[in-house]
Amino acid sequence: MPTITFEGKDYACREGESVLECLERHGVLLPSSCRAGACKTCMVRALAGTPPKEAQQGLKDTLVVQNYFLACIAKPTEDLTIGLAKEGELYRAQVLEKRMLAPNILRLRLEKPDGFRYWAGQFINLVREEDGLVRSYSLASLPEEPFLELHIKRIPHGRMTGWLFADVQEGDALAFRGPAGDSFYVQHDPEQPLLLAGTGTGLAPLYGIARAALAQGHTGPIHLFHGSLVREGLYYVEELRALAAQHAQFHYYPVVLQGTPPEGGLVGDMKSLPVERLGDLTGYRAYLCGDPELVEALRRAVFLAGVGMNDIYTDPFVFAPA
Amino acid sequence: MSTLYERLGGQQAIDVAVDKFYRRVLSDPYINRFFEGVDMEKQAAKQKAFLTMAFGGPNNYTGKDMREGHKRLVHEMGLNDSHFDHILCHLRSTLAELGVDEATIAEAVAIAESTRDDVLDR
Ligand SMILES: Cc1cc2nc3c(=O)[nH]c(=O)nc-3n(C[C@H](O)[C@H](O)[C@H](O)COP(=O)(O)OP(=O)(O)OC[C@H]3O[C@@H](n4cnc5c(N)ncnc54)[C@H](O)[C@@H]3O)c2cc1C
Ligand code: HEM
Repeated sequence: MPTITFEGKDYACREGESVLECLERHGVLLPSSCRAGACKTCMVRALAGTPPKEAQQGLKDTLVVQNYFLACIAKPTEDLTIGLAKEGELYRAQVLEKRMLAPNILRLRLEKPDGFRYWAGQFINLVREEDGLVRSYSLASLPEEPFLELHIKRIPHGRMTGWLFADVQEGDALAFRGPAGDSFYVQHDPEQPLLLAGTGTGLAPLYGIARAALAQGHTGPIHLFHGSLVREGLYYVEELRALAAQHAQFHYYPVVLQGTPPEGGLVGDMKSLPVERLGDLTGYRAYLCGDPELVEALRRAVFLAGVGMNDIYTDPFVFAPA
Repeated sequence: MSTLYERLGGQQAIDVAVDKFYRRVLSDPYINRFFEGVDMEKQAAKQKAFLTMAFGGPNNYTGKDMREGHKRLVHEMGLNDSHFDHILCHLRSTLAELGVDEATIAEAVAIAESTRDDVLDR
């Protein structure tokens, strides 16, 4: 009978028993609710071993490839080491380049440490080692590129951003943990239309996801909406236009709320504009990143326009209130 | 005799039904205020639990859970029979849209109906 390893201890599983039941019989209580594979409260991750396929049914592709599964309906067929969440390893990497992309947006490129693996669109947690301050930043680079690219928006009185803008220099070493995050491209159906939408540095993960999809041969339409309050806040306009010129299936829409958009761009509210523009979104997969309020509004809008709940991937840049 | 849940197609059928059902609920101005501000993704998982239950599928919710889960809605937001009826209506329409026959729909609605007093905390 298979053995379940959890937090360094081994638990023997009985015939026909689920992972959840096995742990409970040994006095280890995982959070759980419906116990029917519906509510997802008991989701855990297999750190070693392959979870039973039926225990991954109904989970997002990006969770499936990371070996997440539902403990309540998992009848293990082999030994499993499981964990609730994995605190990533600590890496140190040199700052290769520091450059402004827009008046308040900084691009940092870090050397990619050996052995660091990720999916484009995931994020890392930067650690300021002198005081342990931690903040998340999304990866705009592709895993095959030799550097990690971050886009960082200046926040008034921001502790991490203030330090990154003012003090960190090219050649310095930065510490980080990761990768983490469930919003990335997994090829499921190369013809599925994709909607990518975000404002400000919400472009960082989207830039990675769009290029990863194209690199993996995605043939369905990819619509990328990048919004900003005003024209000056949009960046990578030329890069994205070039990408659209190279790939007929890639469509780029720079959007401003006020003033004049760049040529070929749109004026409007990012909360509603992508849906107004594309109409019925049945069959789409959506990636929504950046400002948390925008992400929630878009989540609702694209769901009501027809995107399935399991096809909505989000990366809200949640921040701690003052 | 197989259960209604099995006849409807089990877990996979629920995955399809849950999006359709939740979309109807969120688009209904008479009841969508109850769902304002709740985490949509978590709520979708709960809708799935709801449908699994309505189809007579495996679940561990008790009458007490139903009572606790909706108490805040009843006593602070005025959840009543008329809202409950709207939910049943969306359940019917969703199943009909999926091509489920009338007798089977009646069975599912009867299961949901049986939770009325618990949900409305009476
Ligand atoms: C998963 C994830 C991915 C992220 N990816 C990116 C990314 O790619 N690029 C990026 O620039 N940021 C990203 N963020 C946000 C980032 O982690 C920090 O929250 C942000 O840089 C502010 O950190 P700080 O220490 O400078 O500010 P703090 O010292 O934490 O905040 C200073 C003050 O500003 C307020 N504040 C903080 N952020 C905002 C904001 N966005 N809008 C308004 N007020 C704010 C705070 O409430 C506080 O009062 C991401 C966040 C998450 C959770
Ligand atoms: C037909 C009978 C109903 C059943 C079987 C049912 C079932 C459920 C279940 C299983 C949950 C999740 C409980 C949990 O795990 O926390 C839930 C939560 C919820 N239900 Fe219902 N429900 C019913 C009727 C209604 C009605 C009529 C409304 C409002 C119009 C409603 C609104 C909600 C809301 C808003 C929540 C989330 C509460 C929260 O998270 O605070 N439900 N329901």
